[in-house]
Amino acid sequence: MIRLRGISKTYRLGAQTVHALRDIDLVINDGEFMAIMGPSGSGKSTLMNIIGCLDRPTSGIYELDGINVARLGDAQLADVRNRRLGFVFQSFNLLPRLNAIDQVAMPLSYRGARNRKKLAIKALNLVGLGSRLHHNPTQLSGGQQQRVAIARAIVGNPTILLADEPTGALDTRTSHDVMEIFRALNEQRGITIAFVTHEHDVAAYTRRIVSLRDGEIVGDEPNVPSYASTPGSPVDTHPHAGSFGQRLLGEAEA
Amino acid sequence: MNLTDVIVTSLVALRSNFMRTVLSMLGVIISIAAVITLTAAGSGAQQGVASRIKGLGSNLLFVNPYSATPPGGIAAVLGSGGGTLYYEDEQAIRSANIPGIDETAAQTTTGGAGSLLQVQAISHGVNSSTLLVGAEPSYQYVRDFYVASGRFISQDDLDKKSLSVVLGAEVADNLFGDTNPIGNTIRVFAGVSRQFGVTFSFTVVGVMERKGVTPTGDPDNQIFVPLTTYQTRVPLIRNPRGYTNVTQISIKLTNGSKEQSVKAAVTDVLRRQHSIVNDDDFKVQSQSDVLSTATSVDRTLQVLLVSIAIIALVVGGIGIMNIMLVSVTERTREIGLRQAVGAKTRDILGQFLAEAVTLSLAGGAAGVATGVAVSFLISYFANWSTVVSITAIVSGFVFSGLVGVFFGYYPARKAAFMDPIEALRYE
Repeated sequence: MIRLRGISKTYRLGAQTVHALRDIDLVINDGEFMAIMGPSGSGKSTLMNIIGCLDRPTSGIYELDGINVARLGDAQLADVRNRRLGFVFQSFNLLPRLNAIDQVAMPLSYRGARNRKKLAIKALNLVGLGSRLHHNPTQLSGGQQQRVAIARAIVGNPTILLADEPTGALDTRTSHDVMEIFRALNEQRGITIAFVTHEHDVAAYTRRIVSLRDGEIVGDEPNVPSYASTPGSPVDTHPHAGSFGQRLLGEAEA
Repeated sequence: MNLTDVIVTSLVALRSNFMRTVLSMLGVIISIAAVITLTAAGSGAQQGVASRIKGLGSNLLFVNPYSATPPGGIAAVLGSGGGTLYYEDEQAIRSANIPGIDETAAQTTTGGAGSLLQVQAISHGVNSSTLLVGAEPSYQYVRDFYVASGRFISQDDLDKKSLSVVLGAEVADNLFGDTNPIGNTIRVFAGVSRQFGVTFSFTVVGVMERKGVTPTGDPDNQIFVPLTTYQTRVPLIRNPRGYTNVTQISIKLTNGSKEQSVKAAVTDVLRRQHSIVNDDDFKVQSQSDVLSTATSVDRTLQVLLVSIAIIALVVGGIGIMNIMLVSVTERTREIGLRQAVGAKTRDILGQFLAEAVTLSLAGGAAGVATGVAVSFLISYFANWSTVVSITAIVSGFVFSGLVGVFFGYYPARKAAFMDPIEALRYE
């Protein structure tokens, strides 16, 4: 469970002080599926970085599963990122030299896990890339690259998956593929998912939408997930949509 | 991250930019190769010196005139070191019956580099600049240097002060080529210049075996005449007893004799002979003394060359640091990502340090291989024996590794302490 209390973040830009976040109170419960929306400069990414333990707030208390993150040292924070969190980025951030298996296995190397290849292959199968295991990023489409990145984020069995505009670099169709994977991960595996987006049809997959403006929360609404938000192409009949969910379900049963 | 992961990761990173990797290793490769080659050539030369000095004859002592104050006047001009050693000294050493002495041989030597007095052997208009040695029959045995054909100077030659000459192999080649020189007459000129000198005619009675160049001279470029003939015919330095100066007495020791005690006994005899109270006017040196003098020169040169190689290694290290800094900057996003997925500071530090060390160790390995290959080529083509020592190889590796750690640390630190957010945002 994520609990933010009075979180503020200020930057100094020369003589100016920029308030990226102002007194944020936010609770994200286990198993939630939520989107953070807001215009550019509203502090979405800063909030994401703080939740992701990549950044520290200027003031306020951040508790992750009951632990006050401010008390953790750099090495412990790295450990939290490695074991509890998964990250997906807008620009995928794959390493150009590695094939899909090595990309996905990489986070596991930082906890000295065994059978990393096996776990990586399992994660890649989960996102539907079982046939692209030995491909380099240059040999993969944008959607496939993002699926490799998702596999990398979930390979370590995190409780929370964080994404910063995960569909920002993808076309509508692959965006929905990615959201289908997210939904399946949330429903089948109970992974808490929070992501930043400014696309309403992507946010529509979630059950909660938090809106930010000028570093403050201006809206926190429950949402009824709609899976047919692309006009004229309901996801239920989409050739790929659903299949990820089925694949995940099958994986979970197996 | 365990060690295997770190190494594999760094190898993948280095392989992805192969050309740059090789170029950045070049400095280390060259300097390690230079160290290996230079030390190999150096110890080869040292070993050569050692074996050649032993080739002078086993267990030798040399007595030479020596003056703490440099000689002046004609002695300086003649380069005879003051001329304070006499044929009588050899007789005294012999009659003292010092245990451990097998045989002695006195000789006079004229000409050669460093001497104003030049000697020419002349036959049928061919001139050969050479060294004139007045020798005793015992010379062959003492110096372990024998005639190849004909005969050496005999006691009869000595008694009759005969005009016989034995040619060094080189001199024989120069004057006679393929024809047999024995029985021929050669002229020997000794003097400062064409106008100022003397010429004698000698009959060739023998030709010496070929020995090869030694650090102390070229034994093949000498001609030998009876010591007595030399002393009467080339009367250059007169002493109170007449013309009995010699320039060196060689003493062959019996097997297993104590070099130091013989040295002391010889010194005693000569001191008495010369009525010396304070400073000796002679010097008794063993082969190992000569050896250490000869090799100390080599060692100085070697130290110099190795220090140059170390400077090259440092320059190579700077090259590695430079390329690592470029690499860290290029891979800023990768560093940010690794931090985001859980890499600790020490993981990143270790990764880049491992890359630098891999780079420098690979350079070291390539350098060792190159050095060994070049050493082999030198001994194969230049006929200069080389000895590649394990010490040189091991220290080559160790030093290149140290260079990697030393020059890789700063770039690795820079990578490890990056701010993950800024690193991820880096374009």
